[in-house]
Amino acid sequence: MGDFESMPVIVDEPISEIEVGSDVPWVVLVWNDPINLMSYVSYVLQKLFGYSPEKANELMLDVHHKGRAAVSNGTREKAELDVFRLHGYGLWATMQKDS
Amino acid sequence: MLFKKRFKKDHQNNLEIRISEDERHLVGDLINQLREVLLSTSAEGSVEASIRRLFPTAYNDDAKEDAEYQRLMRDQLLEQRLQQLDVVEDTLKAEVLNDEQTTSWLTVINDLRLVLGTKLDVSENDNFSPGDPDNPENQSFAVYHYLGYLQGEFVEALSK
Repeated sequence: MGDFESMPVIVDEPISEIEVGSDVPWVVLVWNDPINLMSYVSYVLQKLFGYSPEKANELMLDVHHKGRAAVSNGTREKAELDVFRLHGYGLWATMQKDS
Repeated sequence: MLFKKRFKKDHQNNLEIRISEDERHLVGDLINQLREVLLSTSAEGSVEASIRRLFPTAYNDDAKEDAEYQRLMRDQLLEQRLQQLDVVEDTLKAEVLNDEQTTSWLTVINDLRLVLGTKLDVSENDNFSPGDPDNPENQSFAVYHYLGYLQGEFVEALSK
């Protein structure tokens, strides 16, 4: 394993800062599938969302072990764009209202 | 290291790619097959079973929203995939890939794995034992397995 101490750390932003007038935030989920390689999923999450290797790895392991993980959130438009980008990479992503 | 690395990032962040002629030929064959299946997909009609994983559901719990999403996005996704196939075809013999070409290779190899894996109905615990030598799917399993190695090497080089 790499040296985590020297790696950049992504600080989790607050899940949803609800702006005045915005509708309910949306969450983008990635689902487990038996085909995509774990290293590939982790790489795509880093590339698309700028997550650190350890954050991406953590999300990937959640997908693998828990069946799914929330990888991004925001307005409906942002969620749709994220889903589209994930589909472009062949990841199984869906979106739903944050509950 | 027993084997020399076949993918390596250079100083300009380009990717050096050292795979054999046979492998390039195989990838070329596979992308032609994939292009044929993709082109048989109509915007309105249903997606052929083997490429269903390339056009996933966006709204799990809302069929109406999903139908609208697919209507708006499926063509773009199809167009993107066809374009990436073209990029890989154009760089089949390349020894160095730039950023865009690297992304195309990566996603195309993954698309091929998704389609083959779907056809073979791969599950989480498959370990590809040779089994019955007369099984007509053996060759597809071998190709699927090979693409997995290729993808693994590729991602490892990019993650450096």
